[in-house]
Amino acid sequence: MPLLEIKNLSVSIPTPDGDVHAVRAVSLDIERGEIHGVIGESGCGKTMTGMAALGLVPKGARIQADRFHFDGEDLRENAVRLRGRRIGLISQDPAAALNPVLSIASQMDDVIRAHRDMPRRARRAEAAGLLAATGLPDPERVLRSYPHQLSGGMQQRVVIAQALATGADFLIADEPTTALDVSVGAQVLALLRKLVAERGLTVLMITHDMDVIAEACDRATVLYAGRSIETGPVDDVLQRPGHPYTRALLAALPDAAPHAARLSAIEGSIPAPRSTIAGCAFAPRCPQAMPVCAAEPPPERGNDGRRWLCHLPEGTR
Amino acid sequence: MELLRYILRRMLLSAFVVVGVTFLVFVVAQVVPSDPAALYAGPRPTAEQIEKARQELNLDAPLQARFATFATAMASGDFGISYKSRRLIAEDLRAYLPATLELAVFSTGLALLIGIPLGVVAAAHQGRWADRLGSFGSIAAVAMPTFFLAMILQLVFAQWLGILPLSGRLSREIAISAPLQMITGFNLIDAILAGRFDVFGDALAHLILPALTLASYPAGVAMRLTRSAMIEILERRHIVAARALGLSEPRILFGHALPNAMGPALTVIGLSFAYALTGAVLVEIIFAWPGLGRYVSEAILAKDFPVIAAVTMVVTICYVVMNLLIDIAQALVDPRVALS
Repeated sequence: MPLLEIKNLSVSIPTPDGDVHAVRAVSLDIERGEIHGVIGESGCGKTMTGMAALGLVPKGARIQADRFHFDGEDLRENAVRLRGRRIGLISQDPAAALNPVLSIASQMDDVIRAHRDMPRRARRAEAAGLLAATGLPDPERVLRSYPHQLSGGMQQRVVIAQALATGADFLIADEPTTALDVSVGAQVLALLRKLVAERGLTVLMITHDMDVIAEACDRATVLYAGRSIETGPVDDVLQRPGHPYTRALLAALPDAAPHAARLSAIEGSIPAPRSTIAGCAFAPRCPQAMPVCAAEPPPERGNDGRRWLCHLPEGTR
Repeated sequence: MELLRYILRRMLLSAFVVVGVTFLVFVVAQVVPSDPAALYAGPRPTAEQIEKARQELNLDAPLQARFATFATAMASGDFGISYKSRRLIAEDLRAYLPATLELAVFSTGLALLIGIPLGVVAAAHQGRWADRLGSFGSIAAVAMPTFFLAMILQLVFAQWLGILPLSGRLSREIAISAPLQMITGFNLIDAILAGRFDVFGDALAHLILPALTLASYPAGVAMRLTRSAMIEILERRHIVAARALGLSEPRILFGHALPNAMGPALTVIGLSFAYALTGAVLVEIIFAWPGLGRYVSEAILAKDFPVIAAVTMVVTICYVVMNLLIDIAQALVDPRVALS
């Protein structure tokens, strides 16, 4: 049984101008011990999917799903109880994720105290140990610091140490490297891989960056306009993409066409979040679109663990 | 290190403010259309008496020389004598200032103890009934005229319920039969120092109604400001992150969000303390509180300028010191303040 099991998740947020369909139909299976990348453009619903699993959707948002289970427990009822106990979050911008007016020591202590019954001294030692486990060289000095005195990479390691302090075995990493320099980002990804291997963690990696998928993930799911359109092992998805959108994404990478004068871009833009979509959401931008694409929802292709949604028959891609 | 430099910079600024106010007070004294010599000489003075007073007060000396005399006197705490009562002003202040400070500090503390937690609770329940009730209460507290609130409190607690004294600073029996030895001039502190807990209770009972009256406006303002600051802060990423880390909601509200909102709240303390010092005039009169407000309002009516100048200086210094303390507190709460 997958650790996280999502089938046909939708999240809609009512507004005076009509419902915003932040997530339309996302299906995801995340196995224990894997790093599962979720990739897509801004507004594709990848962050909202993660927030739904944490029970941190905006007020009034409606969550519907055929299955939305974590380790057998329904997240629609138990997300608030599970978050911070078994499910942790690593935020996009570590500078914003840390409280600017509290020292690292007091922020680490708060987390440890919320989850474990330990005397003060032991909590301090535990905090230093967790910071050391994230590769911070001088944990005692970090504990005495305030967030603004640390570099972005150090801040992100503190955020990861906080997530570890909760004892969570499933981490949702929301663009953990976006706010960092490329080299620092690579270090953070390596750290996450190491922690997954050492501590048996499972990670949902939200990103818009194919390089992050290639570098750190075991499997990946591609989201477009609130739908999961393709999923599979990373090598398969990157080398033999099934969906035209995945192919377009890969073609848009700078190193996909090293000698080309111009980078290729995907023409058009994503559908408005309030619109209803009858057929394939990518049809208006798809170079291989057929009349049926705009009219009917695409069928599922592929087999176990390697699936995509497209009207194009297998083999014609 | 940064903190020390920040404090020194603030202290220098405060000194400038005090010097500026000294100058202003002197200038105002020169342009007010009244003759100090005539006042000093007493009722229905003769021309000779006025001339004598003029010489005694050194009024014929050049302006800059008189400013120098005035400034050095102020700096040394020698406020001169009252034109009206001929008493030493410094001695009067020693009796009246602690009474006003006691009231101001107590009411400011009360305002914050009421206003800040209510603001936090209102922000946490934004848009729901607790928030609406709080908003209504804060508007009522701000809009209520002081004299009206004072009378209602006196009517309810002194007249109907009879649980709190109507006015004054101490009961007559205590003031006459067993007076408190004045050490600091703050009754509450002096009572503890003397081990007189009966007096402490009596002084506290006398303090509550005027302090509540005075606290109403700043409590309302503190509540509004804390609420809006908290609503903004509760949207921030680090609060979402704290929720995702499984921290309890009270811990997030008071331990994580409130310290971020303390900046605006501390600013209110400074403003409401100034309000309590100067706005106390009316409250002191209603509650027969023997403080600076009553003292200076009588001086104003008598055009007793040395007293007005002395009180202005003392209030300025109290205000400047309070703001200095708040600036330091702000730097301690938020380590980034000292950097800016």
